[in-house]
Amino acid sequence: MSLLSCLPVPSEAAQIRPGSGSTAARRIVSVHLPRFSIERWQRVLGRSGDAPPEDLPAGLTVDGPHGPVLHATNRAAEALGIRPGARVTDMRAICPDLRADYADIAGDRAMLERLMLWSRRWCPWTTLDGEDGLFLDTTGSDHLWGGEAALLARIEEAFSALGFSADIAMAPTPGAAWALARFGPVRCVATAQTLAADLAGLPVRGLRLSEGQALLLDRLGLKTIGALAQVPRAALTRRFRTTAAQDNPLLRLDQVAGRLAEPLSCPEDPPHFSVQTRLPEPVEDPAPHLSALCTELCRIMARQGMGARRLRLSIYRTDGEVRHLEAATAAASRDPAHLERLWDDRLERIDPGFGFDLITLCARWSEPLTGRQTRLGGGAEDEVALARMVDRLTARLGPRAVSAPAPRDSHIPERREGWVPALGAAPARMQAAAHRAPRPLQIFDTPEEVHVLYAVPEGPPAQIVWRKQTLRVIRFAGPERISPEWWADRPSCRLRDYYRIEDQTGRRLWLFREGVHGDGRPDPPRWCIHGIFA
Amino acid sequence: MSVTPSTAERLRHASSLIDRLPRAARPLSGSAPGSADGMEDVLAPGAPLLSEVFSATGNCGVPVGFVLSQLPKRAFTGAPILWIRDRLTRHEAGRPYLGGMRPGLRVLRVDASRPVDALWAMEEGLRCGMLGAVIAEIWGDPQVLDFTASKRLAMRSESSGVPAWLIRRAAAPNLSAARRRWRLSPAPSLADPDDPQAPGQIRWEAELFRTRTGTPGRWRLTPLADRLEIETAPQAPQSADTPLRQAI
Repeated sequence: MSLLSCLPVPSEAAQIRPGSGSTAARRIVSVHLPRFSIERWQRVLGRSGDAPPEDLPAGLTVDGPHGPVLHATNRAAEALGIRPGARVTDMRAICPDLRADYADIAGDRAMLERLMLWSRRWCPWTTLDGEDGLFLDTTGSDHLWGGEAALLARIEEAFSALGFSADIAMAPTPGAAWALARFGPVRCVATAQTLAADLAGLPVRGLRLSEGQALLLDRLGLKTIGALAQVPRAALTRRFRTTAAQDNPLLRLDQVAGRLAEPLSCPEDPPHFSVQTRLPEPVEDPAPHLSALCTELCRIMARQGMGARRLRLSIYRTDGEVRHLEAATAAASRDPAHLERLWDDRLERIDPGFGFDLITLCARWSEPLTGRQTRLGGGAEDEVALARMVDRLTARLGPRAVSAPAPRDSHIPERREGWVPALGAAPARMQAAAHRAPRPLQIFDTPEEVHVLYAVPEGPPAQIVWRKQTLRVIRFAGPERISPEWWADRPSCRLRDYYRIEDQTGRRLWLFREGVHGDGRPDPPRWCIHGIFA
Repeated sequence: MSVTPSTAERLRHASSLIDRLPRAARPLSGSAPGSADGMEDVLAPGAPLLSEVFSATGNCGVPVGFVLSQLPKRAFTGAPILWIRDRLTRHEAGRPYLGGMRPGLRVLRVDASRPVDALWAMEEGLRCGMLGAVIAEIWGDPQVLDFTASKRLAMRSESSGVPAWLIRRAAAPNLSAARRRWRLSPAPSLADPDDPQAPGQIRWEAELFRTRTGTPGRWRLTPLADRLEIETAPQAPQSADTPLRQAI
């Protein structure tokens, strides 16, 4: 404090002045989505029809070192004083009916990436900015939208139509646009001439500094960017000599003013592969054209070293309707014969109406596919052959019908192995269980309730009526007790005592009694058959 | 470096021919019906042919256990198994539970809604030569599973070298081109030496009522950890309706 206050007011103060001519010509739009996570959550829930009302407090949480911590809150929660970063238990003390759900950080990131590509409708050069922002380089494209102010209004309108509130500002540098979007007036357009005046009143947080650094500047009395800019360069250089570059106020100030170049690196558009056939006369059968379309699509994909994962075949009918068919592959492929076979038996499901005159085939999702060494003696690689078989099965029977096991960490028998569509995952190998208690070869997804004669309260089963047949228990082994998983199950879940029995025909079954007499539940224990042994 | 499809196809065909040579040259076994030797001969795990397994009772686990004991070695070292079930089987006998099988299996499960889809999926799987086995469970006697369909499956299995198993529950052994047809039922298990009430070592009754090679017979099998022990031959098949060897 004393160091800065005793300095004479300099003549060469680090003023905010436009830098070289090239940067002054840039026009950067910063889009800040202040409630991105929670609004996306609302959007997702709204799609399934159970969006929470916006006037009830809600928040999204992430795991902290001492329990869940709020990651995002809605307006109602904010009005009650609930802020991101607070612990959920503390905030429940303020507001007992706070609705807390888990945040989907990876989903947010993926959505932001999609929004970045989507926003290329206004300019060709867009990039991500942190977890909740975008930069758009609109240099030279604003006149297409009726001027800069109209462009900003249009961008904000488009984001609000998607359900996202957005703070937007335009400035000659990314740093300045960032500061104005978050701390400046609504839809601020700063030019090189007005930049210094627009930024002077903004807090130093607008310089993209860390919390600690902003607090330090605050304590030094440099509360605004304007105040910081009045300090001589030499003093700032000396004071922040050892600070990291992205946390150094002087460097940040230079970036805002354009004295220090800050290039935006723009990710490339994902490749888009589409081929079409225009027909001179409307026809009703797409099959004869499919082979040529697949060959052409594979040719253009091979040129870029890509393979298709998801395909869409569209026909444009003469009555103006469009019909689609979709197919997917388990591994990227650009083999025309294979892609063509995916449509076998399915073309009759497409309704051609009175005929169509345009047919397109497009790879909606493609992945890099480089050439691969096959076996020396020829023959396809095993994994490729497997992936193709999965594709054909899935194309005809549907993605849910072809599944692969996904082992889970659980000791409840039916929960131990889940099944997921094989299109996404190669079949995993099941590991041996830690215990060696016998397990059946087949189990029922929902255990079948049976009537059992047994010695109350905890005797072994003596006679069973299952599917209208009476089975006498000749031999039994058990019980093996499996407790519910209290961290995952409902509190009303009861323990299970499993018995391995053999009936008079020699058939070996796995059945359990759910609960015991006197465990505090109103219903008597239930008996269910769960599996069949060899 | 890729090989042209025609060359690759020819190479594969040639190698499959070489695979089949010793089997084609082997004479038909002439052992006595029902002897353990005959059983050893037909119990060649992983033989690439179509076998049918009939279950005496609808929902018993013996056919599945028997088929699993007959899988080739490569099924436990990475070659996936295609396991197809139709809707009725899923409803009546549940789903395969890998926790009760030998570890190391890679299972790809197909839930077909109709028997015709199950047969199509089976053919599709047999076309892919890298599978360890194709197992299909079909309930009852659907119209589509006739002699022609089984002949197609048998020939495809032999040309691709992948064993194919049809598990038939609640079904009658009608005309079929399956190379081996089994009828299996559970036998009372032995008492557990440590707990006299508990089921101990399990046992199965197996009847091979039709085969192309070897001799039909009846055996009592004891499945051990990695092999089948053939215990006794209770009696020869009551062969009034099932001739010893049928021409296909």
